[in-house]
Amino acid sequence: MTQQSLLEDSNLHADVGSDADSKAILKGLNLTINPGEVHAIMGPNGSGKSTLANVLSGRPGYTVTQGHVLLDQEALADLEPHERAQAGLFLAFQYPVEIPGVSNMEFLKASMDSLAKAHNAEQPDAAGFIRQVRTLAESLDLDPQFLKRGVNEGFSGGEKKRNEILQLLLLNPKMAILDETDSGLDIDALQTVAEGVNRFRNDGNGVLLITHYQRLLDYIVPDFVHVLADGQIIQSGDKNLALELEAKGYTWLT
Amino acid sequence: MSQSSVDDLVEAGREYSAGFVTDVETDTLPPGLNEDVIRFISQRKDEPEWLTEWRLNAFQQWQAMTEPKWPHLHYPEVDFQSISYYSAPKSQADGPRSLDEVDPELLRTYEKLGIPLHEQAALAGVVPDPDQPSSNVAVDVVFDSVSIATTFKQKLADAGVIFCPISEAVKTHPELVQKYLGSVVPQRDNFYAALNSAVFSDGSFVYIPKGVRCPMELSTYFRINERNTGQFERTLIIADAGSHVSYLEGCTAPMRDENQLHAAVVELVALEDAEIKYSTVQNWYPGDENGKGGIYNFVTKRGLCAGARAKISWTQVETGSAITWKYPSVVLRGDDSIGEFYSVALTNNRQQADTGTKMIHMGKNTRSTIVAKGISAGRSDSSYRGLVRITPTASQARNFTQCDSLLIGDLCGAHTFPYIESKNNSAIIEHEASTSKVSDDQLFACQQRGIDAEKAVSMIVNGFCKEVFRELPMEFAVEAGKLLEVSLEGAVG
Repeated sequence: MTQQSLLEDSNLHADVGSDADSKAILKGLNLTINPGEVHAIMGPNGSGKSTLANVLSGRPGYTVTQGHVLLDQEALADLEPHERAQAGLFLAFQYPVEIPGVSNMEFLKASMDSLAKAHNAEQPDAAGFIRQVRTLAESLDLDPQFLKRGVNEGFSGGEKKRNEILQLLLLNPKMAILDETDSGLDIDALQTVAEGVNRFRNDGNGVLLITHYQRLLDYIVPDFVHVLADGQIIQSGDKNLALELEAKGYTWLT
Repeated sequence: MSQSSVDDLVEAGREYSAGFVTDVETDTLPPGLNEDVIRFISQRKDEPEWLTEWRLNAFQQWQAMTEPKWPHLHYPEVDFQSISYYSAPKSQADGPRSLDEVDPELLRTYEKLGIPLHEQAALAGVVPDPDQPSSNVAVDVVFDSVSIATTFKQKLADAGVIFCPISEAVKTHPELVQKYLGSVVPQRDNFYAALNSAVFSDGSFVYIPKGVRCPMELSTYFRINERNTGQFERTLIIADAGSHVSYLEGCTAPMRDENQLHAAVVELVALEDAEIKYSTVQNWYPGDENGKGGIYNFVTKRGLCAGARAKISWTQVETGSAITWKYPSVVLRGDDSIGEFYSVALTNNRQQADTGTKMIHMGKNTRSTIVAKGISAGRSDSSYRGLVRITPTASQARNFTQCDSLLIGDLCGAHTFPYIESKNNSAIIEHEASTSKVSDDQLFACQQRGIDAEKAVSMIVNGFCKEVFRELPMEFAVEAGKLLEVSLEGAVG
């Protein structure tokens, strides 16, 4: 029996921008992630790393012009962003936004309820849910008081990123994409975030780490490392590739 | 929970679900306005002569006045001669109004709207819950021009509270009506108030005796049914010294292609140490998405803190009407009196709203708080207009104003017109304002967590309105949120 992939991008081409002045960013990207695997995507600025995250999650403004993406054998092309989330795709944002007036607790509950509804599952009971969120918050060094505050409202950079990881652990998706989650983090916060991601990892789910720096990969050890340049994966290897990149830069590849 | 008017209005979801027409035989005056029409109305209501004269005097004043042109509103001129000024369900024309005599067709209308006309029905829905002390609500219902039923009369009477149609109060408590009618909003206060004074049809009258805490929420429910009629209700609430009352009004109308006029006057009088909390959930038909039809809502609401330490609080959630023109105000005459205004005004499609408040500080140490939230979506236009006036006698007066606008999409407008007049150096006046937009990033962040766009917008808008919803009586806060959700249908996408 062959193993079924969790995420499969075949010959993915994508543009960013409106019709008139759109620009091709992804130019034939192939990537397959199997259950239990962690893949890291590295590459120079402007290579298309964040575009990949946005295309996969269905952010408006990005158009797939060729190729296809399967999430757990389901084609993503026709799914709205919230349907992709309901199908098990999670994106930890590079720049988490603030939503004033909507408390974190309310936001998390709305999210959990939407996912439960999509799967015809029962909504979590309020008391158990609050306990679960509190425990998660403490494990990520987030003051439980933050749950009453507006989503990311007045959070420090580190708190915002830890909040993303809290959501990751709470929603427990099939496929997690982390878009430069390490950017702007001090070493303590980086360790907390990495510890959270490692806690998330299991045999059934997948992780796609988008990062600039090898440093994150000291804490989250990837199974595969890919180098993205000009919209294509030009080199793949194991974790040692990241160390090589750290030493030599990208120029020897491009 | 017994009173779930708004809930029932919104549960059907997609459309304006209160937009149906009730088929009852009516006694409707032909369109037009002159002294004979006013005499007819007065006669039909069997009014004393002083009131007939009062109306005629108002009519004379009105004829010399012109429509205000200063609001930031655009609509074709209203032809006041094409409106019928009196409409009543025929079966209500005579006889005492006990519930058993109400036309079953009308009762069904209100059942559809979720208004508990039968006291039993009202009680049946009440689960004894100590957390919901106010879950029985006394309701007065105004259908076109007449009040058709008031519930819980006996229980209120036991507490000494008078809650009845104003047409009845004119007969049963003429001394109170004559003393206070027009005492807060004079006949010639403005064009629409003068018109209302001349032709007002019905409305609610409330008197809370000295030291009494009204045992339940009072509520009036307004419904325009008949075509080409205007609704001109008049509400008068008097809270005697040391008393307390919380009052809620709700409004709906059928969907019609023509515009319909609603010009109400509400007067509140709070004597020494009295408190009046007045909440409105206004869901008049807003017109269709192209701006056809809808209610023109020109309303004058004003409260007078007549005695020391009196408090008047207005809370409004305005989602309906094609045109909204209203400025619930407080005159702070008593020393240490308090005025509050909490408002959410949501406009979508082609709706226009010019709304806000006036806080007139006259007494010493008077305080006022204004929190106004405007939400504009579609091609709508929403304006906040507020006046804070500190007169020379109002030493140590304080005002805090917070005025926030939220835009959804890029075809709508939000405007703020604050007026501050301070004639006393010891006053402290604060004004904060903000304008924000529901950003694509916020929407996407919600969607990425599985929340669809419409739910996301309504969650963001509800968050934006939280400070105001907190002020609503408990059972209406949730409903108000749901109402916003429905009013925002189609605002994204």
